[in-house]
Amino acid sequence: MKFLKDIVDKLKPTFSEGGKLSMFHSVFDGFETFLFVPNSTSKRIGTQIHDAIDSKRTMIMVVLALIPALLFGMYNVGYQHFLAIGQDASFWSTFFFGALAVLPYIVVAYVVGLGIEFTVAQIKGHEIAEGFLVTGILIPLIVPINTPLWMVAVATAFAVIFAKEVFGGTGYNIFNVALITRAFLFFAYPTAMSGDQVWVRTQGTWGWSNGHATVDTFTGATPLGQVGTATESTPLFTDILGNNIGFIDGFLGLIPGSVGETCTLAILLGGMLLMVTGISSWKITLSVFAGGALTALAFNLWGPETAIANLPWYNHLVLGGFAFGAVFMATDPVTAARTETGKWIYGFLIGVIAVVVRVLNPGYPEGMMLAILLMNIFACLIDYYVVQANIKRRLKRATK
Amino acid sequence: MKNDKFKETLLGPLNKNNPVILQVLGICSALAVTVELKPAIVMGLSVTIIVALANVIISLLRNTIPNSVRIIVQLVVVATVVTIVSEVLKAFAYDVSVQLSVYIGLIITNCILMGRLEAFAMSNKPWDSFLDGIGNGIGYAWILIAVAFFRELLGSGKLFGFQVIPNCFYEAGYSNNGLMMMPSMALILVACIIWVHRSLNKDLQEK
Repeated sequence: MKFLKDIVDKLKPTFSEGGKLSMFHSVFDGFETFLFVPNSTSKRIGTQIHDAIDSKRTMIMVVLALIPALLFGMYNVGYQHFLAIGQDASFWSTFFFGALAVLPYIVVAYVVGLGIEFTVAQIKGHEIAEGFLVTGILIPLIVPINTPLWMVAVATAFAVIFAKEVFGGTGYNIFNVALITRAFLFFAYPTAMSGDQVWVRTQGTWGWSNGHATVDTFTGATPLGQVGTATESTPLFTDILGNNIGFIDGFLGLIPGSVGETCTLAILLGGMLLMVTGISSWKITLSVFAGGALTALAFNLWGPETAIANLPWYNHLVLGGFAFGAVFMATDPVTAARTETGKWIYGFLIGVIAVVVRVLNPGYPEGMMLAILLMNIFACLIDYYVVQANIKRRLKRATK
Repeated sequence: MKNDKFKETLLGPLNKNNPVILQVLGICSALAVTVELKPAIVMGLSVTIIVALANVIISLLRNTIPNSVRIIVQLVVVATVVTIVSEVLKAFAYDVSVQLSVYIGLIITNCILMGRLEAFAMSNKPWDSFLDGIGNGIGYAWILIAVAFFRELLGSGKLFGFQVIPNCFYEAGYSNNGLMMMPSMALILVACIIWVHRSLNKDLQEK
């Protein structure tokens, strides 16, 4: 540690004002504060409140909370691969296969996103914000494992520039940046983001396990995709070998889907951490689940006679990106509603819209992304009316 | 001095006073007809001709039009010119006119037209009004063409209907961007043009 500190201190004058590389001072500052606690302190004027939590700590907590979903996602990628080619593989080779497959996505998302953030920070003379730490890990978790890397790079660049930097950078974005990345991919390259060819890696990764044919009974569609396109009205779904599966498989997550979204258990583990530490709002998560469950129940009881409308409400909550969206996407403090009443309304409507899109639009088997993006627009409007209602209520009391 | 005004009237709308990227007029048709280059160019030309002609006619009539019914008079003139252009297109460029469908007729509602008639032709001489119409029409057209260029190139890999992105790109894994085919991307492209334009012209930036 001393060694690192020495290097940093020695380099400091070069990057300070007047130094040779002073134009890169924000990159340097970023790294310095990333490695060490800054030794600059606030002026001793006025009242200061010390809080242990800053945006670096917030971000790193979210990254930690995503680790279970990420590790499970890696394992699941390997698991689906070996299942599809009909081979038995040990736990570790299953995991490493998946890790090798997922790793390039993480690298691409971080390199592209941080590259743009650094460049913009240099041009504008800002400090480098930490916002992309979370976005960079979210992006690999919400794309199918067969998405070409260049598409992820293009989509990440688009999202960081148009959903974040033009609005003013970290903390000013109206839309969730990771979801804009996914929305861009979804609309720009629909063949790479939906259908039944993209969810399971049937080819090898980096030459490992290449060239195996899939087993005869292989079908690559996600459970939601199967139910969404089913012609009968019974909501049955199968794993990739065609065996019938149910709620508990959806909960445990050994099913095809985007990398991080399949295992509700791992997502909830991470979600617990976020809610206990107060970083994400339990009100939003709970109301998303409530909204989704009630809407799905309503469709079960009075909906049209299609498979997706007949899908039992509890299955809606564990299949597709519902849980992932409810725990990690809807709760993004920048884009969510901020008033306490507003959080209930915001979350509830996300759940409602997600299920409505799933059931009523046959073109989109998954509605979570669209629901959250739609409600992102309305978040500040909800806040506005909650605040106005509060003002009105108190005025009434005061003037009585 | 006279030369300056001439230049300002004709060339101003191409850059510093562009109807689309500064006044943000005519956006609806910029979304609708810019999926391919050909209709965008025809649309740009049509609007240029219509604005120029309508400007001249209104300018000639400007002293006789009663103030209280001027909008109706303008509308009648515009509708006449648009109908003529629409019929000419149907006669000589039927394919394109089918592709542009209602949008040629809808030029009547293009804000640039009424804007120029109200703001310029009603208070200027015919020759100046003609130049103003040509300038604004071309100012509108070049934005449309720029947007259509990127949308057709990235959205379908073609220009004027001919494939320009080589097949080896597709074999290597490249694919067309479906978002470019959607109207929303036209808005983002217009926004990009505005972005570049304002960073080149510091005096246009809001404080």
